[in-house]
Amino acid sequence: MKDLFTNSLNGYILLSSLLFCIGVLGVLIRKNIIILFMSIELMLNAVNLLLAAFSVHHNNPDGQVFVFFIMAVAAAEITVGLAILVMIYRNTGSVSIDALKKLKW
Amino acid sequence: MSKLKENFNDKKMTAVIILSCLGIVSMLADIFSYKKALWYIVLAGVAGAIVANLNEKSNAIIYDMLLTDNYAIWFSTLILALVLLWFMVSKDQYESGVYNSSDNYALILFATVGALILTSFSDLTMMFLGIEILSIPLFILAGSNKKDVSSNEASLKYFLAGAFASGILLFGITFIYGSTGTFKLDKIADWANAAGSNLPALFYTGILLVMVGLAFKVSAAPFHFWTPDVYQGSPMFVTAFMATIVKGAAFAGFFRLFYTSFTSASGSWALILSILIAATILTGNIIAVYQSSVKRMLAYSSIAQAGYILLTVLLSNQEAKYALLLYIASYGVSTITAFTVLYHVEKIKGTDTFESFTSLSQTHPLLSVVMTIAMLSLAGIPPTIGFFAKFYLFSSVLKSNTSYLWLIMVSVAGSLVSVYYYFRVIIAMYGQHEPIISSEKKQIPAFYNVLLLLLVCVIIILGMMPDVLMSIDNL
Repeated sequence: MKDLFTNSLNGYILLSSLLFCIGVLGVLIRKNIIILFMSIELMLNAVNLLLAAFSVHHNNPDGQVFVFFIMAVAAAEITVGLAILVMIYRNTGSVSIDALKKLKW
Repeated sequence: MSKLKENFNDKKMTAVIILSCLGIVSMLADIFSYKKALWYIVLAGVAGAIVANLNEKSNAIIYDMLLTDNYAIWFSTLILALVLLWFMVSKDQYESGVYNSSDNYALILFATVGALILTSFSDLTMMFLGIEILSIPLFILAGSNKKDVSSNEASLKYFLAGAFASGILLFGITFIYGSTGTFKLDKIADWANAAGSNLPALFYTGILLVMVGLAFKVSAAPFHFWTPDVYQGSPMFVTAFMATIVKGAAFAGFFRLFYTSFTSASGSWALILSILIAATILTGNIIAVYQSSVKRMLAYSSIAQAGYILLTVLLSNQEAKYALLLYIASYGVSTITAFTVLYHVEKIKGTDTFESFTSLSQTHPLLSVVMTIAMLSLAGIPPTIGFFAKFYLFSSVLKSNTSYLWLIMVSVAGSLVSVYYYFRVIIAMYGQHEPIISSEKKQIPAFYNVLLLLLVCVIIILGMMPDVLMSIDNL
């Protein structure tokens, strides 16, 4: 247990895993679509943090470049997601995933 | 700009450059009003991209990010050929006026660029970017029928599943980077070889997370739950695109990553992957039996087929590449054919249930023959290509490792179940005779008759002479 806190890399892995799990739980249990989007962002940012930590640990800049790619892609992705949300709000008047139950068998 | 020209003269990435420019040309069609000619321009462009792709400089390394080996060139060619086919069969949907053809074509072309990157990456950064370039346009395309709530729902579900899967995939990539210190596929493989049997837990976790992320993308059970809803809600030809080209590209990427980097660590993931395969084959085939909509049945059938294709990843050897190429070609052509017929049947009858196929053989004999052959090919019955693809796949698995006998038995049992639901369509077309309403006699355009005959010829000729695809050297 002592090693867990003295080795700084383990701390980053632990923190990122925790943030990631909060994001995953948020996606799985929340109903409001905007909160789902926030949870997805949390997952991606947990990854960013860990990548930056590993990048410093390996003394290799590739990881930090990857962070920029993730940020750019996440921005593009969330833009599309918000556009979809606006479309859904216009048709159903709600931002809850419970409004969408048309497709099932 | 000069760099771009240099690449072009050097015959590197030509297909990617052509398709990106074509996408921009397609977006401008509304402004400069050449929308009527757009279909021909796009068709010529994609044909040009196929030629350029075949002339691509082989084994070129592009900025240490892409590697155009034979595997990349042939899978790109296959994907581009399927895209060309897709543009031909989807003409009717985009001329009906419901969808804006210039926007939709641009998004399809951009998604194709992502698919090409997924076949040729040599770095995990590029794999991630390829997957995202492939999926983001599809989130929009799934919802392209804006007024329809089920299309909206499909779009959101696809978005959430896609973004969630990307998150898991990225977490896996990060763990692999953390343990190896590199994103390059060959260096990861070297590292894993050097480490031998004492690989750190971080690396194993990374492989498993990447596997889960990719299983989401190729809709393998238990990560398949979004597939039926998304496939059912999306416009017909968008579903056809997702089921053939997107799936084919995702599998090409999945195989490339595991074959290049993780074969030496296969002890850690082979068992989990084989359980995943068995679960996928059983879930897909069994739930497909209970469907009443043919579109949803095809969605479950695509889940089941994903299970068969995953066998090639489990195998991860030279022979598996041929099996993968053959299977994607066979599944792609058969599925596009089935969706084209379904599109016309839905247009004539108004629904896509099994009942809408009743006595189709009397009103539309050609459509029923074409659908029958597509179903036979998907079920894997000779003389279609589907039979040979399945046969080659199963025999190459058994040849390399007899301990997977149980998995092949599950696959064969799954195929037997699948015969039931594929034949339900055929029985509906030929079995029952009901009085025909005159509105149901509307014939489809002659252009489509020719196209469908052509597709049937491809399915049967490739089934008779699969050596065409087998004779490629050093795939």
